[in-house]
Amino acid sequence: MTAVIELDHTTIRIGGRSILADASFAIRAGEFIGVLGPNGAGKTTLMRAILGLLPPSKGRVLVFGRAPQRGDPAIGYLPQVRTVLPDLRVRGLDFISASLHGECWGLPHLSSIDRTMIEVTLEAVGAQELAYRPLAEMSGGERQRLLLAQALLGNPKLLLLDEPLISLDARHQEVAIDVVRKACRERGITVLFSAHELNQLIGTLDRVLYLGNGQAALGTVEEVVTAPVLSRLYGTEIHVLRADGHIFVMSRGRDVEHTDHLHDHGHHHH
Amino acid sequence: MATIITDMFDYEFMNNAFAAAGIVALVSGIVGYFLVLRGQTFAGHALSHIGFAGATGAGLIGLAPLWGLLGFTLAAGIVMGALSERISNRDVAIGVVLALALGFGLLFLHYHTSIATQATALLFGNVLAVDRNMIVTLAALSIVTLLALAAIMRPLVFSSLQPELAEAKGVSLRLVSTAFFAVVALAVSECAQIVGVLLVFTLMVGPPAAAQRVTTRLWSGLALAAVIALAEAWLGIVIAFHTDWPVSFCIAVLSAFGYFACLSIPQHARAHTH
Repeated sequence: MTAVIELDHTTIRIGGRSILADASFAIRAGEFIGVLGPNGAGKTTLMRAILGLLPPSKGRVLVFGRAPQRGDPAIGYLPQVRTVLPDLRVRGLDFISASLHGECWGLPHLSSIDRTMIEVTLEAVGAQELAYRPLAEMSGGERQRLLLAQALLGNPKLLLLDEPLISLDARHQEVAIDVVRKACRERGITVLFSAHELNQLIGTLDRVLYLGNGQAALGTVEEVVTAPVLSRLYGTEIHVLRADGHIFVMSRGRDVEHTDHLHDHGHHHH
Repeated sequence: MATIITDMFDYEFMNNAFAAAGIVALVSGIVGYFLVLRGQTFAGHALSHIGFAGATGAGLIGLAPLWGLLGFTLAAGIVMGALSERISNRDVAIGVVLALALGFGLLFLHYHTSIATQATALLFGNVLAVDRNMIVTLAALSIVTLLALAAIMRPLVFSSLQPELAEAKGVSLRLVSTAFFAVVALAVSECAQIVGVLLVFTLMVGPPAAAQRVTTRLWSGLALAAVIALAEAWLGIVIAFHTDWPVSFCIAVLSAFGYFACLSIPQHARAHTH
């Protein structure tokens, strides 16, 4: 099986800081990869590099066996929404319709095939009632579901989901993971799913890609989520506790994932 | 009632006013819809002030104010769009440039006293003084403005709603932003001929903001913004004719009234559905 994504001694720098330094790994077709790591470890940066928005300063990034091409229709992307949408009084349907062929010039219009595809996808994510409500009146979780539906439009072969669980409640987190797992298993879509919490994904992911300290570790949960590997990635002493099918990543007695998560709320709107 | 209306059309200046205001209102409502959607109304306001410096500056070198207005707003719009897709949202930078532009406008007036009588017209508009030539010019400008907008509308909507994704899908945010500000510059120049540089908001922001309160559908919102702008412009002229109040004042009142009236609509709708 050829690799869908391959990094070959890749260094990615932003503003003089190496986000990834000499990282090498390969992701195979149809894999569900959980992307984890502390804030600023480069989860978003990696996805932007795969999208072709950020060329590596050293080494290579290969997507589908070639250099990443900006606007590749085979990639579905759910960005971490950094832009705070102001009083956006546009209904959900028009919001996601804008993304279909949105890169073409001229007036926006959709074929009946496009419309049906949007309808089917909204239903799969349980977001059909969002189609007729303005974005301004949606909760963060509802927007997130709409964005997930949008990422699935157009039958992508690769899904890049940047923190898709942020601001979803527990039930919708499960729905979201379930929808993505189905897309992955039934349609053979390769998935990169970044998250703060490993435990929700344990039953779903094939392998985990842990980023930190400019390094990347790809492997099964058993291989990667261990005290020595994570201590290296976090640059501090990490303990990994396994209990009742759950894994807790602790630093000096504190749960790293949860403190990260709280920390992130103050920052992700920058 | 019928004669009250038909009486107005006995005057050529009234016919001209209706034609010019009608053309400009449609363009202002439609372009303004995107300004409101992108949250860049303040940037649009700044463009009109920069236009004021252009209009008074044009007088200094013997050009018609419209061309100075057009030249300055176009140049400023392109610079604003090109500098960065984010700078157009920076209130402080825009505020400083806006004040600077008004200052230059004053300086140009100072050195060209004969245009001073036109200052009020530039600032607050004088639709009743529009002649046939101006109508032809405005119509031509409007066609150019709307065609340009139509050409960029698809990536404009995409990058307005979802800049991160649009960028990933290959849309050049900077190019779209620059092209859009050029379109806004054209619309502002036209709008200033009717309601003046200080009151372009009455046609470019009030009607689209009201429309977005009524409908959340893209195309309906666009159409409604144009219709509301047209209704407010024409009704403003009618009221002005019968009261002898300034036209721009009447349009400003209608614009504010329309916006606040529509502001109360969604709350009712929500109360019923939930």
